[in-house]
Formats: sequence, C-alpha cells, structure tokens
Amino acid sequence: MAQLEEVSIDQFKHLVSERALTGETMLLNMGPQHPSTHGVLRVLLELDGETIVNAIPDIGYLHTGIEKNMEAKTYLKAEVMSDRLDYMNTIGNNLAYCMAVEKLVDLDVPERALSIRMILTELQRIASHLVWLAAFGLDLAAMSVFLYCFREREMILDILELCSGQRMMTTYIRPGGLWRDVPVEFETAVRNFLSYFPKRVDEYEALLTKNPLFLDRLLGIGKMDAATALQHGVTGPMLRASGVNWDLRKARPYMGYEQYNFNVPVHTEGDTFARYIIRVEEMRESLKIVEQALNKLPLGPVRSDNRKFVPPPRSEIGVSMEALIHHFKLWTEGFPAPNASVYSAVESPRGELGVLLEGDGSAKPRRVHWRTPSFDNLSVLPKIVKGHLVADLVAILASVDIVLGDIDR
Amino acid sequence: MDKKLETIVQALQENFGVTIEEFRGEVHAFVKAEDIIAALTLLRDKYDFELLSAMTATDYWPQVSPRFHVVYQLTSLARNLSVQLRVPLEDGHPSIPTATGVYEVANWRERELLDMFGIIPEGHPDPRRILMPDETEGHPLRRDFPLGYEEPQFTFNFEEIDLRKPYAKE
Repeated sequence: MAQLEEVSIDQFKHLVSERALTGETMLLNMGPQHPSTHGVLRVLLELDGETIVNAIPDIGYLHTGIEKNMEAKTYLKAEVMSDRLDYMNTIGNNLAYCMAVEKLVDLDVPERALSIRMILTELQRIASHLVWLAAFGLDLAAMSVFLYCFREREMILDILELCSGQRMMTTYIRPGGLWRDVPVEFETAVRNFLSYFPKRVDEYEALLTKNPLFLDRLLGIGKMDAATALQHGVTGPMLRASGVNWDLRKARPYMGYEQYNFNVPVHTEGDTFARYIIRVEEMRESLKIVEQALNKLPLGPVRSDNRKFVPPPRSEIGVSMEALIHHFKLWTEGFPAPNASVYSAVESPRGELGVLLEGDGSAKPRRVHWRTPSFDNLSVLPKIVKGHLVADLVAILASVDIVLGDIDR
Repeated sequence: MDKKLETIVQALQENFGVTIEEFRGEVHAFVKAEDIIAALTLLRDKYDFELLSAMTATDYWPQVSPRFHVVYQLTSLARNLSVQLRVPLEDGHPSIPTATGVYEVANWRERELLDMFGIIPEGHPDPRRILMPDETEGHPLRRDFPLGYEEPQFTFNFEEIDLRKPYAKE
C-alpha cells in the first residue's frame, strides 16, 4: 500500500495560470461536500477576486466499479447494477442495457412490452427533469419549486412502485420484455397523472420563467456554442440548447418512437436559460408521448417466448417440465452470448446513454462499458465557467444536470 | 452495410488498409495505432463525424496479442451514421497517440483508459488518474485485476490478516 501523499500545487501546475503560483490568484476548493455540487463532485477553482480563472473538476468520489462488477455476473443478474448508475433514470438505464443484450443475442420484444416501456421511460424522463428543476430552483434560492417538483415526482414513483414494487431501483425492464405485466390500476394512475400534471408545469413556469430575479441569474450565463459542445461530446438537452437538433429518439428511432407524434425543442442561445427552458418544454413533449402510448396500448404477452433467453412465467413452471428446466438453467448458468461486440444507445434525460456490450461466448459479458452522458457533459465545465463569478458556477453546474452516479460509475 | 457508409469504409481501406468486421449492422474498422489520429482527422474533416460518442477499451487477457482493443465510437450528426474504430494493442507497454487534438472529449476518456487499463495516451496534456485515487496500484478494469473481496477474519488469524489488510491505520 502506497503512502498517502500530501497534495501539492505541482500536481496542478499545468492546469492553472502562472499567477496562481505566485499567489496572485487564489485556489479554492469547492466540494466534495458542497450542497450545490449535486452529490460528491469536487471543483478546484482558481479565483481572481470573485472571478473564476480556471476550474478543475475532480471526479471519482462515487466510483463503485459497476463496469467491473457486471463482468462477473451473468447477463440477467448484471442488470440489477444498471439501476445504480444514474439513479434518476433507472428505467432508462434498464432500457439501455436490455436493448444492448437484445441486440447482442438477437432477441425480439412483444408490442405490449414496447408500449409499456415507452410509457415508463417517458414518465421517468419527466421525473428526472423534475428532480433537476427542483435542485436548479433550490440552487438559485427558489425553495418552493423544490417542494412542488418533489410532490409531482412522488406520483411517478408511485406508478413505478405499482408496476415493479420498487420506487427507484426497479429492474422492471428485462431482456426480451418486462418482468411482469402492469396491474389493472396502472392505466387509471397514469391517466390521473396526465390530467394533473400540465397545470403543474404551468405553475412552475409562472414561478420561474418570467421572474426577473431568476432571469438575472441565467440570461447570458455559461454560454456554449455548438462547436464547443460537439468537441466535448456534449449531448442531450445541453446540446439542443446550443442549437444542434440531435435527439436519438428522432434521429435513430428505437422502441417505436417513429410512431409517435412529438417535437424536439431546440434553442440557439446556448446559455443557462436555454438549458432550463428546453427541459421544461421536454416535460410537456414527454406527456404527449405517454398519452399516445397509453391510448394505443395493445394487449398480448409482455415477454418474448424465446425460452433460451427469457425465463418462463411462473404459471408455466408448475405444469411444464421443460419450463422448469429452462427456469433453472437461466437463473443458475444464464445464457451464452456470441463472441462479439455491440454498441446500443438511447436518449436519456441527460443525453446519449450508450452501452458497449461485448460477449465472449460464455454466460458472462467480457466487457460492459457505459457511455454516460453526465461524464462528457461535465467535461465541458472548465470551458464555460471561465470569467464568470462563483455564484454563476452554481447556476451553470446546476444547468448541466449532472448525476454523480452516472459520472463515476 | 449502409450504402452511405460504403464510400467512407472504402476511403479508410485505401488510406490506412483497415480490416472491416460487421455484426448486427455495426461496422468495426481495425486501425493500426500509428494511423489512428490520421483516421480520426479524416473522418472528422471529410466525412462529418463531429462527435466521438464513446471511447473505451476491452481487455482480452489471457490473450497477449492483441491484449487490448481501444474502441472509438464515432457519430456523424449531419449524415446520421456511426462507425467504430478499433485499435489492437499488444501486452507489455500499451500506448496510443492522444486524440485530444481531434476531439477534446478524448481528454477525460483517455485519462479513464490510463486509470482503468493502464493504456498510456502519448502526448496527453493532463495524464492523471481520473476515477481512482492517485495512490491506487494497478488498473482495475484489466481482466487480471481481482474483484477485491474482503478477506474474512476469524479469531485464530484475525491479527495476521489485520496486518496486511489495506485500510488506513493510525
């Protein structure tokens, strides 16, 4: 075990300006326990008075080795870890992982499962944006928005609990379909939410969008142009706030997005306000998708009947020897996947969530890599905070919508 | 293969003699380490691959030749295409030339490769570990790195194991 070394300025010499070495500017540590860092992010700031000269993000405080752990589990069991990455978008993570597995072993998914996946993913997107809006308001001292947003988010979590028995760590979407069908109360619960929520979004907007104190903190702050965004691999609402119309749901429709009628909001200002307004608009668009999916929810099975990859339903196990054998084999050994690699990406609330899944012919993956949107979105931070005040850093950081579990994996 | 992708693959084959593998509609082009920067620059400037979507590596241990594949997943927004470049690396002293000059996102991604796989990005402006603490020994995502379970202690060997247990002591 190596000795813990005292951290010295020499380590950061190439990242700060020369004035820091003479003591003309100040180095200030922000985080990892700072409330506005949304978890455990540390930012080393070089300050000239209150103006930021350089910012050096330091990540890894929440590193849990999920990629490594997934390599040691079968494909079915590894899915449980995917929830723990981006804990604001658990259904979306399940979806990204399951789509990668389905692509790797070439598995079909029934129509009903796709529709339910669609409803839940879009509800999860709203829930994630609600938490973001809550924290964003809180960082800018709008406390009441925080309370309202969490109240509405609770309704979505209740729907998730109704389906999966869990509020957050659902593991509801499984390779080849879903864990089980939704209960009968599901439709009423979602319809309740659909009729209740639009008025609430208006309420948030009434509190924030034209509030001069709020606008003063946002307009023209943290500007990012499209070229910088693409160079830094920024995706999702942040990229669309900089004027690039790129949404995987439209560009490369998966899960049947091409059958739904919705818009992708795009703004060109690239500042913190654009990133705020885009997410509010996205919540309204997601509602449209949920409503359409619910209206045409088809009947039928929710799991593929390819028994080589998908465990049989409980009712079959009691009466069919073959089903019992499949059940036993799938949960003890798992299924072998080809010795090949696939990359499958979905649009998470934060951007492109990609899974690079590589099989080695056995029942465990050789490599699972998560291309997480927060990681790349955060890497642009030093570029866009330069020259702003420390208080603006809080607003900019909040507008990036980072989830540390997503960054550190 | 997608028709639009064929010309791009041809250009890669003519310029760098890449080999192509296809699986489930994805195109993987195997590029030599010394050609990778030129290949990325060609794709970015001539074929509009503006986005380096993902960059990572795979370890094929115990195989030593090649031991690693470094993966570059590229996306073209204008043409709506994807292509994956793969750089096979030998065991021993794996290194790649840094791509930070072509895509700045490679900065953190290469630090992650250095941290997790010990693949050295030559010419990187900021080669520090990114996720693990600085004093970590080894590279966790290598296949020969143990998962790291805690050694169980019993009354008869408690102190013996306690001595070599890797946690902070007074």
